[in-house]
Amino acid sequence: MPRRTDIEKIMLIGSGPIVIGQACEFDYSGTQACQVLLEEGFEVVLVNSNPATIMTDPAFATRTYVEPLDVPTVSAIIERERPDALLPTLGGQTALNLATELKEAGVLDRYEVQLIGADYDAIQRAEERELFRDAIDRIGLRVPRSDLAKSVKEACQKLEKLTLPIIIRPSFTLGGHGGGVAHDLDSFCSIVEDGVSASPIGQVLLEESVMGWQEFELEVMRDRADNVVIVCSIENIDPMGVHTGDSITVAPAQTLTDVQYQRLRDASLDIIREIGVETGGSNIQFAVNPDTEEIVVIEMNPRVSRSSALASKATGFPIAKIAARLAVGYTLDEIPNDITRKTPACFEPTIDYVVVKTPRWAFEKFPRVDAVLTTHMKSVGENMAVGRTFKEAFMKSMRSRELDVEMDDAAGTEEMLAAISTPSAERYDLIFELLRRGTDVADIEAATSINPWFLGEFEQIIAREQRLRGRQLADYD
Amino acid sequence: MNPGTKNRQRKSLPAAVALEDGSIYRGHGFGATGAVCGEIVFNTAMTGYQEVVTDPSYHGQMVTFTYPLIGNYGANTIANESGEVHSRAVIVREAHNLDRNSSAEQGWVDWLAQRGVVGVSGIDTRALTRRIRSEGAMRACVYWGDFTEDEVAARLEATPPMAGQDLASRVCCEEPYELEFLRGERLVVVLDFGIKRSIIKGLGRAGCNVKVLPAGSSADDILKLEPEGVFLSNGPGDPAPLDYAVTTTRSLLGKVPVFGICLGHQILCRALGLETYKLKFGHRGANHPVKNLDTDRVEITSQNHGFAVRLPEALAARLEAGRGGSTFFEAPPESELRLGTDFGDAVISHLNLYDGTVEGIRCREVPAFSVQYHPEASPGPHDSRYLFDDFKRLIESA
Amino acid sequence: MRGYRIGKGVTPVYKAVDTCAAEFEAETPYFYSCYDRENEAVRSGRDKVIILGSGPNRIGQGIEFDYCCVHAVMTSREMGYEAIMVNCNPETVSTDYNISDRLYFEPLTLEDVLNLVENEQPRGVIVQFGGQTPLKIAEGLEQAGVPILGTPQDAIDLAEDRGRFGEVLRKLEIAHPPYGTARSRDEALKIAARIGYPLLVRPSYVLGGRAMEIVYNREDLDRYIQDAVQASHEHPILLDKFLEDAMEIDVDAVCDGEQVYIGAVMQHIEEAGVHSGDSACVIPAYSVPEELLQQVKQHTQDLALELGVIGLINIQYAIKDDEVFVLEANPRGSRTVPYVSKSTGVPLAKVATRVILGEKLSSMDLPSEPAHPHFTVKEAVLPFSRLPGADTTLGPEMKSTGEVMGIATSFPAAFAKAQGAAGQTLPTSGTMFMSICDADKTQAVELGKRLRDLGFRIVATSGTAEALEEAGVPADPVRKFTEGKPHVVDMILVGKIDGVINTPRGRGARADGYEIRRATLRTGIPCITTMAGAEAAVSAIEAMGEPGIQTHNLQELHGNHTRSS
Repeated sequence: MPRRTDIEKIMLIGSGPIVIGQACEFDYSGTQACQVLLEEGFEVVLVNSNPATIMTDPAFATRTYVEPLDVPTVSAIIERERPDALLPTLGGQTALNLATELKEAGVLDRYEVQLIGADYDAIQRAEERELFRDAIDRIGLRVPRSDLAKSVKEACQKLEKLTLPIIIRPSFTLGGHGGGVAHDLDSFCSIVEDGVSASPIGQVLLEESVMGWQEFELEVMRDRADNVVIVCSIENIDPMGVHTGDSITVAPAQTLTDVQYQRLRDASLDIIREIGVETGGSNIQFAVNPDTEEIVVIEMNPRVSRSSALASKATGFPIAKIAARLAVGYTLDEIPNDITRKTPACFEPTIDYVVVKTPRWAFEKFPRVDAVLTTHMKSVGENMAVGRTFKEAFMKSMRSRELDVEMDDAAGTEEMLAAISTPSAERYDLIFELLRRGTDVADIEAATSINPWFLGEFEQIIAREQRLRGRQLADYD
Repeated sequence: MNPGTKNRQRKSLPAAVALEDGSIYRGHGFGATGAVCGEIVFNTAMTGYQEVVTDPSYHGQMVTFTYPLIGNYGANTIANESGEVHSRAVIVREAHNLDRNSSAEQGWVDWLAQRGVVGVSGIDTRALTRRIRSEGAMRACVYWGDFTEDEVAARLEATPPMAGQDLASRVCCEEPYELEFLRGERLVVVLDFGIKRSIIKGLGRAGCNVKVLPAGSSADDILKLEPEGVFLSNGPGDPAPLDYAVTTTRSLLGKVPVFGICLGHQILCRALGLETYKLKFGHRGANHPVKNLDTDRVEITSQNHGFAVRLPEALAARLEAGRGGSTFFEAPPESELRLGTDFGDAVISHLNLYDGTVEGIRCREVPAFSVQYHPEASPGPHDSRYLFDDFKRLIESA
Repeated sequence: MRGYRIGKGVTPVYKAVDTCAAEFEAETPYFYSCYDRENEAVRSGRDKVIILGSGPNRIGQGIEFDYCCVHAVMTSREMGYEAIMVNCNPETVSTDYNISDRLYFEPLTLEDVLNLVENEQPRGVIVQFGGQTPLKIAEGLEQAGVPILGTPQDAIDLAEDRGRFGEVLRKLEIAHPPYGTARSRDEALKIAARIGYPLLVRPSYVLGGRAMEIVYNREDLDRYIQDAVQASHEHPILLDKFLEDAMEIDVDAVCDGEQVYIGAVMQHIEEAGVHSGDSACVIPAYSVPEELLQQVKQHTQDLALELGVIGLINIQYAIKDDEVFVLEANPRGSRTVPYVSKSTGVPLAKVATRVILGEKLSSMDLPSEPAHPHFTVKEAVLPFSRLPGADTTLGPEMKSTGEVMGIATSFPAAFAKAQGAAGQTLPTSGTMFMSICDADKTQAVELGKRLRDLGFRIVATSGTAEALEEAGVPADPVRKFTEGKPHVVDMILVGKIDGVINTPRGRGARADGYEIRRATLRTGIPCITTMAGAEAAVSAIEAMGEPGIQTHNLQELHGNHTRSS
């Protein structure tokens, strides 16, 4: 099934200004998509309000509109340009939400604009919690037990069927914005209140806490011939409870056996098919109970995401570029692998190195802000490092933060153990300091629920550091 | 001498991978000390190291893992594909011995040591892989201990090449055995050339009970058990010397439905009158795309073979020409996929999208089909498990 | 240490990212370092330049620098160089391996960069497009003998060293706000007495506006010295006269050592004292008198040439009482380069790259004066709603994470679009709250009239309401937060207010505004804190009343000029 010939002009929506939870990864994905679509001979109409992006360089589209991303403005542009199709899956949540609104306002139907990449129903199934839960149930998997509420009162009633701790997530927001984890009734009420007001539809999800479970993400691609491949698996070193944007993550997954990994892979294939993402990339997040190996599905983004930028850079498989080609009709086996050129894009990248991503926060700019990491993303940037071993990649990633971390030497070990039980920007620096002091890995594991494999690697890094410390260069001659 | 000192002394012993082209890659030993020789190959799967080394198809070989960290989640009994380790040595960038994963019963390094397997870590496995890729799979000596250059060279010299050896008869079962499954309703005879446990499980899951016979069993031995289907198993090495198995298969074709995997596929093809040849460095990994020409879908497959079935020349030329074009792969017309065989028409049902090699064949006039790759996976994706059900359906329609 | 390591033969090698664990040959050169055996990044015979990226995004250093780096890479390639990109941020376009000839995914530390310079032997390294990150290691690179392309290290030092920069300004007869450097509390108080309050104070050893504050009196200064920084010999504090009510101007320009090309003069809409990254601004600087505009341009030209800039320079000015003061000069790519480029159609980073690689401005056929058939407004986007508890007041420390641009044929319409794009859509009806300091009351009356004409109800603090009533503009008085309930903050929280115009002066008033701002943030209504902003907003609301939405695409605005460059 080669390139579609029934469409000529495609509108692409960017992600707007850089905000926490939506950064320049969507400039990367959008720029790639624009390039591909122009190469394929389409006319590209781009709308993005952010002038600092590469994609809004006039050479990357046929028509570039630096205009507000709202329904009236984009409707005016659609009326003027009359595109045949709208590709909403490469501009983050902003583009997906705007496409949904344009569909609901009747604009797309009025001007006969087709949604390509993901259709309206698929977007709804992935984004609307109840629809998503039903879809996951249908394929024999489960999401954390949950319920919806539109007010504090309603939430308290729902509490009868759920037990604390409970995660509160507002519907239709970015980076978990406005949510949090409640351990007691007081915090439950206040987080629900904030969440209801943060949600554009005034609704929050109350969810069984899977805090402490291990978190994995799979990047999945599907084409319209129903070929599905996994581009990359990503393991969050921080267990569930920390937003994946605030977690240190590793690719590929390090601690899964083949049996465990294939279960996640099978689940991902079933999910993307059931949700019905017709073409393109999706990110699926899982929590795995480290003792029982039970799996729950956390969420699915029916679009290119921050993790797909990471997965693309981590594997050399350009997800956005391929997603754009798939959206205009190609199938994966018709597209060459960008890097080998001699093999097709229809395969699963295999890598021979380790990739570590570390977030970068800006708490120093906001002294009164609570620096505890939660399900609500707070980081403003990230770095990625590649090494032949986890230790090498991790240390490169620590260097790439460009931070000089000062340790409070006076802090007691007990105090530090208590501190690492709450996820924070300093968590890993504290863990390293504890290891320097000879703290037992088991104690750190108990405090953090971090997989002992990673803690073992940290221990080896510190052991090496301590062997080198205090020696002179001359000792090595 | 206390054990600690002994351990330190062991650790300081030299360890290396010496290739027959004279290049040598030095590293650190783990597992057991000793020197072993065989064909050096690489596997690109990122999980499933234990499944790989216990797969009898690796008999006579030594596996280099391209994924640098091996041993992360330990070792356990379930992951064994046979009763022993077949890869003679294990070559890695970094070996791990942690046994803290929920499913781990033992550390990986300890597990190998207990089984007397020589391991070398600290190797630039990427450089080694690039060498194997450009020079082809070759003989090598992997050692940990004080071995002189001459000793290593002599051992290398004494190692027979892979092609032409009958390895299947060395790894197959010695005595027949049978397994009944909960939902088993059909009897399948497995001709064992070095079968993986997951394949037997796959047959069982599809509703077959199995009787497993050694590689050298005759058609009479098989037919006398009155099987409803015969399965030709995977196994190590070159299909060419296995004339006895080809003869057996020829006697079975048309009498009973036949399904083959990997070496079993090559044996079926030879029985049909097709040729096999040695690939430069083989296919070993869990990410190979295979096009199913019946469904027009791509399956991501698990692979492990060093030999392949020869493609008709016209088809090979067409596939090569398509590479690098604007649409990368276009299915060839059916006429070009058809092959005339000693048992009537057959079609190529699956092609490898990496290099266009034959991945599956189906006879039109006798009930028989086979695939080059591993639908049972272990390790690898489960995209092709449907083939076991196809086999059952073939049995039922016969 | 490094020398010792290299002497021992311990050097990293580079391996390719190839999707297939070396099973097939890879054509795309995308590399990372490791201490292993075989080096795959074999040096080519071509003439090459290395472009250093900006590392992880952070506030003050984000996507704008990625934009500049990508332009530098594209231009270097066009000019026939092998362009080698180094960065460690996976979110960026610069780390797309299709953009450069070679991509090294590496940390941007001196050690890591020196290693790959060693491997590549480039003609030189370009450091001026990646923000502070590459500049921090530029000196080390130069000391190690690596050629820095473009503005020499000494010029950067000349601009950053207050003493030396002061000399330059004196020589060029350019005014700057009086300043001093204090190494003790006494010294600080003495300087304060000499130059007068309010003062902009900051520690000398922190770059980029961190721990910066405006102090209005001696008590404030004392507290700052006590709490925020301990002034000492090693860590002096810098004191600058803060020009209250001044208008701020930003200029981006390119200098080739002989000529200076002014990219654009941007006029800030917020008052002086708000970090330029957080302030809305407009091109062209529509309300700056022509004579002052010429002065700004002349100063920019003189400074760029005198400093010895080769490439980009950003200069910040303040205009107070018709006098032009230089606030600071940064001889490197600035945050506003992409905005300027999109606004004028002249891709400044590309022009700068050509200059850095030896071309002259005179050979480039640039439009002598960028034409402005339209107005573009840049507005900052702040992260407060995502960081609960954050102090939402704007000041000399940058807090925004992103920006948007509005384009229109008039300033008010462009401003309205920028506000809408930033998620602060201006109200076209309802109730407006006004709290205006005495100095601005005359202007406030005029704005009040226009708001009434637009159909708004006006509520105001007692003083402001009185002034409005006196001038015949009906306004209902409402209590300040500090005057007790029921007060304006509650009204905002329950949704009875649709917009706020609050222009505080002095520390007390600013603190009072804190609660108001927090409330507006929570309810998502616009809060305007300067008269310039208020004027712009009211004009914008008037413009929003006009029927239809005008949209503009860059291709029609800039024609083919941008596409070919």
